[in-house]
Amino acid sequence: MNPMLQMININKSFATVRVLHDVSFSLLAGEVHALVGENGAGKSTLIKILGGVYSRDSGDILIDGEEADITDVPSARSYGISIIHQELMLAPNLSIAENIFLGHDIKTKLGLVDINEMEKKAQGMLDGFNLSLHATDKISQLNIAQRQMIEILRSISFGAKIIVMDEPTSSLSEKEVNVLFDAILRLKKSGVGIIYISHRMSELDVVADRVTVLRDGHYIDTVKMKDTDHEQLVSLMVGRSMETFYVKHPHFSEKIILEVEHIKSGSMVKDASFTLRQGEVLGFAGLVGAGRSEMMNCLFGLAKVESGKIFLDGNPISIRNVREAIQMGFGMVPEDRNQEGIFPVQSIRYNTTIEVMDQFLGSGVYNAEKEYELAKKYLDDVLATRYSSLEQSIASLSGGNMQKVIFSRWLLSTKKILILDEPTRGIDVKTKTEIYRLIDNLTEQGLTIMLVSSELPELINMSDRIVVMSHGYTTGVLAREEFSQEKIMTYATMEM
Amino acid sequence: MLKIKRSMRMLAKNVRECLGILIVLGVMCIILVCLTDKFATPPNLFNIIRQITINIFIACGMTLVILLGGIDLSVGSVIAVSGCISAGMATWDKLPVPVAIVIGILCGVAVGSLNGFIASFTTISPFIITLATMNIGRGIARLYTSAKTIAVLDPRYTFFGTGKIGKIPIQLFLIVAVVAITSFILNKTRLGRGIYFVGDNEQAAKYAGLNVRKIRFFVFLYSGILAAMAGILSTARTFAATMVMGTSAEMDAIAAVVIGGTSMSGGRGTLMGTVIGAVIIGVLNNGMNLLGINTSWQYVVQGVVILIALYIDYLRNKGGLIKLLKNKRIK
Repeated sequence: MNPMLQMININKSFATVRVLHDVSFSLLAGEVHALVGENGAGKSTLIKILGGVYSRDSGDILIDGEEADITDVPSARSYGISIIHQELMLAPNLSIAENIFLGHDIKTKLGLVDINEMEKKAQGMLDGFNLSLHATDKISQLNIAQRQMIEILRSISFGAKIIVMDEPTSSLSEKEVNVLFDAILRLKKSGVGIIYISHRMSELDVVADRVTVLRDGHYIDTVKMKDTDHEQLVSLMVGRSMETFYVKHPHFSEKIILEVEHIKSGSMVKDASFTLRQGEVLGFAGLVGAGRSEMMNCLFGLAKVESGKIFLDGNPISIRNVREAIQMGFGMVPEDRNQEGIFPVQSIRYNTTIEVMDQFLGSGVYNAEKEYELAKKYLDDVLATRYSSLEQSIASLSGGNMQKVIFSRWLLSTKKILILDEPTRGIDVKTKTEIYRLIDNLTEQGLTIMLVSSELPELINMSDRIVVMSHGYTTGVLAREEFSQEKIMTYATMEM
Repeated sequence: MLKIKRSMRMLAKNVRECLGILIVLGVMCIILVCLTDKFATPPNLFNIIRQITINIFIACGMTLVILLGGIDLSVGSVIAVSGCISAGMATWDKLPVPVAIVIGILCGVAVGSLNGFIASFTTISPFIITLATMNIGRGIARLYTSAKTIAVLDPRYTFFGTGKIGKIPIQLFLIVAVVAITSFILNKTRLGRGIYFVGDNEQAAKYAGLNVRKIRFFVFLYSGILAAMAGILSTARTFAATMVMGTSAEMDAIAAVVIGGTSMSGGRGTLMGTVIGAVIIGVLNNGMNLLGINTSWQYVVQGVVILIALYIDYLRNKGGLIKLLKNKRIK
C-alpha cells in the first residue's frame, strides 16, 4: 500500500537554531500513526509544517505520491490536512452546527446562510458518531470531550483525509477517552489517516498502529506498536534506558497530620472523609467530575467548606482563604498550569518567589541578592530547570520547565502538606521521572503529599494509599498492597 | 560588588526596555535644538516641566491601573471636582487653604474608592465603571460651580503652581516625589508586585493567595488621589478652577503610558517608560509651539506619535516571539 502522506528529509531552523534535522514521516490510509518524543523533540514543529503554519527550509511533502505545495494554512487544508489542537478552537456561543460549518457555511441559492440545511447535516454527523447531542446545542453547554468530538466532525466536514490530534486525551477522563477511541476507529474504517501525539503510553497500546520517535529534532525510529513495549519506546525517546521510571520508597510515620471528616462544598463535594499520615503520598483517584480538584480547593481556601470538620495536627481548623491555608502549611501545584499557575509575562524570578516575596520586600528595602540566590538554589540545585536567564518571561519555557518553576515556588513556601493536582500533565517523560524522584525526596524530608492524578499507573506507583472518589463522595481507600486498576475503577464508578 | 553588578544589570534592563522611546526623545530634542535657539534654555525647560506636571501625576496612577489590566477614564473629571471644590472652599467659604486642599484630595479619595469598590466586587469592566464616574464627576463640578469660574488668589494655594525653591520651579520637586513614591510602591512592596501578577493572570493570582480585591481597590484609589492632586496643582497654576478643567486629561495620561511601552492588556510595563512618554508629549507640544505650528496640527502629530510608539511595541513583541520559539527549541 502506498502511503497517503510522506514527509521526506524535512529541515527547519529558527534563526540559528536548527530544530529539525532530516526528519521523515509517512502515513498510510486508515492508519493511526503516533508521534512521540520529549518536549522540544520537534513534534509540534513537524506538525506545524504539515499544517502550513511554518514553512520548511528544505525537504518534500508528498500527498498520494504527488508533491504537495503547502505554503499556508488554507493550502494545507485544501490537501485535506486538519489539525486538532490541544486548545480547542471553537466559538463557545455558537451552536454545534454553526461551529461544524464555520468558515464553509452552506449557502442557499440567494447566497444566504442555510441554517436549516447545516443543522440537518450536522445532526446526521452527530448521529453517525452515536453522540446524543442536538445540532442546535451551544458549544458552551458541552464538556471538553464533546467539544473535541465537534472539532473532529468539523475536520470531516472540511473533507479532511489526514487528521492530526495533538494530545487529545490530556483533559479527558477514562470514560471520555473511550468515546474518542470509538471515533478514531470509525475514522480509520473510512480511510482517514490519523497522526496521534500523546505522552500517555497506555493509550498508544490501544490506539496506535505505528509509532515514530523523535529526539532533539532527529528522526530516531519507526516501530510497529505490536512489536514494541513501553520500556523500549521510553528509552528511544530519552536516548538511554530507563531502569526506574517511578521512584518510590515508604517514608510515612503513623502520626496523623490531617483529618478530613464529612466535608461538603457546593455541588461537587458532597461527603468526603480521609486521613493523611505524616510523610505519606496519598493518591486521589476518580473520574473527571468526581470532585477531587474541588475538594483540594476546599483545603486550600479556594472554596468554602459548608459542613464537616478538618483537623490539622489534631486541632480543628477552618480555612477561609488561600493565605490562611499557606500560613497553616499548605501548598498547591494547581491542575491547570496555564490558567492557575503561571504569570506568563512575568520573569522566572517573579514566578518563583511570589509566595516568599515578603522576605525581600517586607521592610521596604528590597534585597535582590537574596531573591536571586533563593530562586537559583531551587531552580538549579533542586530541580535542574533549564532556562537562560532568571529575567526571561516564564512563557518562553517548555511545559516541563514551567512546571519546575511552579514546583520551586511551592517548595520555597510549603511547610507541611503539598497538594499536587495533575503534576505531570502535558509533561515529557524525562521531566516526569524527575518529578517522581522529587516527590520521593520530599516525603523523605518530612513533607506530606496529596497527589491527584488521572493517570492510574502514576497513582499506583507513587502512592502509599489511594483514596477513590466518585460523584463527590469518597468511596474507598486502598492500601498499597491492594492497588489494582480494576479495584480503583470499581470504586470510581460507584453510584452513591 | 556582586550587588552593584546586579543592580547595574537591572538598571540596564530598564533602560533597554525603554531604549526605543529614549532614542525618539533624544532625536526630538536634537532636532529642536537645531531648529530653535530657545528650546535648550532654562526658562523653556522649566516651562516644559510645569506643563507636564499634571500629566505625570495622572499618568503615574494610570500606569498602575493599566498594569492591572484596567483603565481609569474618570481622572479628568476628578481634576475638575477636586480643583473646583478646593477652590470654592478656599475662595467662597474662606476655609484655611490646607483644609481646602485636603477636602479637594478627599474628593479624589471618594471617586477612586467608588471605582475601586465596584471594580473589585463586581466583574463590570473598569472602562464602563470609570466612564460612568467620569460623567458623574463632571456633572458634580458643573453643579458645584454653577458654570462659574472660581478665582484662587491665596498665595499659600498658588504656591503649588507658581512657587520656586531656589531657582527651580516647585513642580520639579513634586514630579520627583510622585515618581519616587509610585516607583517605590510598584517595585518594592508586595502590593506593587501584586499589580503585575493580577494584571498578568488574575486566576493564578487567586491560586497564589494574593488579595486580588485589595490590590484592585488600592490601584483605583491611588489613581483617584493623584488625579485630585493634579486638580489642585492645575488650579494653583492658573489661579482659577472651572468645570471644564481637566477635559480629556485621561487621554493624555493613557497616551503617555502607551508611548512608555506599557501593555494595555496588563502585566507588562514600567513607570520609567511612562515618565519618558509624558516628557515626549511635553517636548512635542512645546517644540511645536516654539516652531509656530498650529494647534490643530499638534493633535495630528500627537496621534501619529502614539501610533509609532505602538508600532515599535508591536515590533518588539514580534522579536520577543522569535526569541520565545528559539528558547523552546534550545532546551
